Amino acid sequence: MMKWNLYSRGDKFFAIVVSILIGMFTVATLYPFIYIAAVSFSSGFAAQAGKVVITPIDATMEAYGFILKDPQFWISYRNTFIYTIGGTIMSMLFIIPGAYALSRPQLKGRRFFNLFIAFTMWFNAGLIPFFLNMRDLNLLDSMFGIILAFAVNAFNIILLRNFFEAIPQSFEEAARMDGANDFQVLWKVFVPLSKPAIATITLFCIVSRWNGFFWAMVLLQSEEKIPLQVFLRHTIATLSDDDEFAIVQTAAGFSAETVTAAIIVCSIVPVLIVYPFIQKYFEKGILLGGVKE
Amino acid sequence: MADNQTSTPDKPITYSDGRATRLFDHFKREWQIYLMLLPTIVWFLVFLYKPMYGLQIAFKDYSIFRGVAGSPWVGWEHFQTLFTNDQFLRAVSNTIKISALNLLFGFPAPIILALLFNEVLNATYKRTAQTIVYLPHFISSVIIAGIVITAFSPTAGIVNTFISWLGFDPVYFLTQPQWFRPIFVGTGIWQEAGFGSIVFLAAIAGVNPSLYESAVVDGANRWQMMWKITIPSILPTILIMLIIRIGNVMEVSFELVILLYQPSTYETADVVNTWVYRQGLQSGQYDLAAAAGLFNAVVAFVLVMTANTISRRYSRTSLW
Repeated sequence: MMKWNLYSRGDKFFAIVVSILIGMFTVATLYPFIYIAAVSFSSGFAAQAGKVVITPIDATMEAYGFILKDPQFWISYRNTFIYTIGGTIMSMLFIIPGAYALSRPQLKGRRFFNLFIAFTMWFNAGLIPFFLNMRDLNLLDSMFGIILAFAVNAFNIILLRNFFEAIPQSFEEAARMDGANDFQVLWKVFVPLSKPAIATITLFCIVSRWNGFFWAMVLLQSEEKIPLQVFLRHTIATLSDDDEFAIVQTAAGFSAETVTAAIIVCSIVPVLIVYPFIQKYFEKGILLGGVKE
Repeated sequence: MADNQTSTPDKPITYSDGRATRLFDHFKREWQIYLMLLPTIVWFLVFLYKPMYGLQIAFKDYSIFRGVAGSPWVGWEHFQTLFTNDQFLRAVSNTIKISALNLLFGFPAPIILALLFNEVLNATYKRTAQTIVYLPHFISSVIIAGIVITAFSPTAGIVNTFISWLGFDPVYFLTQPQWFRPIFVGTGIWQEAGFGSIVFLAAIAGVNPSLYESAVVDGANRWQMMWKITIPSILPTILIMLIIRIGNVMEVSFELVILLYQPSTYETADVVNTWVYRQGLQSGQYDLAAAAGLFNAVVAFVLVMTANTISRRYSRTSLW
């Protein structure tokens, strides 16, 4: 590209080797997804025999037909949307005002509150006390419990607080002249100026909610409350050693492998759709969050 | 606090001490920021600090009916049980071994990737490759595990298809203990190396361009510039990231372990948190499992604090 002809032969060789290595890593990253997509569109017989390599064999939509007919798939898909949207909104309700307050120099006990929050990044009570606490709070098997109990984390608050602290005072002073109170300053000055940081945190929240699995598995018992990830796990775990299913499936043209692959595809597609939009934020975000008090 | 003070604004203030008056005025003027902070503080108390209070069951004979406060103390009994429990000791050892492998192979991967990205000349090619290699970071561990299980399946999986093409017998990767760690660490690299390279790429972007310009004048080639300029320049970042990694030795992503291991691979796969999960949440031995969790948390805390102290000394900026 740039001044290619000016490069020495050694540098050209180096550049080509580098491009090939990057290409190999990229293909290696992408291949498992292509493979899974190919399996999901293959016949159960071909998938079971290990014939699928890169394109579907005996292409069929049977596996998708099987899942899309399962009401539990739609219920858990809907639940994932509820957890993602509800959880992200809940996070913002805590994080934005909290970070604003912590960024105010006049806040008394500011050092203490910052330490109070940061301490939870370094020390965690662990699975058991957290679980018993959820039980004591009567939040087992509760959708609201999931949304509330994972709404806040220290990292996101500190990230946004750092961003708020960097906003020049002059912006705020102008609003104060017009008689704005703290809520108005936050909403009309800080939030609009912090769009990149808020977008980054929103992105982190959405991704962790969409992917959330462990606590949903532990805390939720009712099938009508489980998110997609838990449903996917159940399906993978039960299909692979369900003999009855093995008999039915062969006749129907799908198999445990193709059904698993089809659910994987269904749950990745929304991520792929939003991914290009969020990419520009996370590169910035990860560095923002980086490494400062 | 704020509410108490502002709910009685008409009451005459009779403090002889001016400090109290100033405090009153402060809360009267600034009550809004305390109100904004309140939900967050309450949330931390209820969901993160209250479980810390509940950690005392590690020293108690916990019964659900008596609750945390009512259960009798047993001192260090659970810890004595733990350190004579082969499964727990194995889990500690596995945690360290998996972390060490992650460090050995997983840590250099994003650095190498960032250095390679830096040498790619075609911007579109670089951009496209970056977009792709960042992607797996955003995929859930359930899906990652689903892909691994499908790909490594003995009859249906692509890996065994290749092995059979080479004329070998199929390998039961996920049921054999010796394969768990290579698969787990390899999966981690596949998922995180790309995303991890962002930090190092940012460090590379911060290198002073005049260094490269003068190197070009001196007739250095790209390879030499990489070794003599780029790598030394990003060494502080590498060291900080290394310290963070060492500080997180106890943090093996146990969610992925739970999804990939099975009883036949516990021998190499079981880590502290998966052991805690089985003992506590599945078998109901809450007190013993909480003791194991406390042990893990204390070790992790000491490691992280040490890491922070070292990096503060080294780089004069702390990690947080």
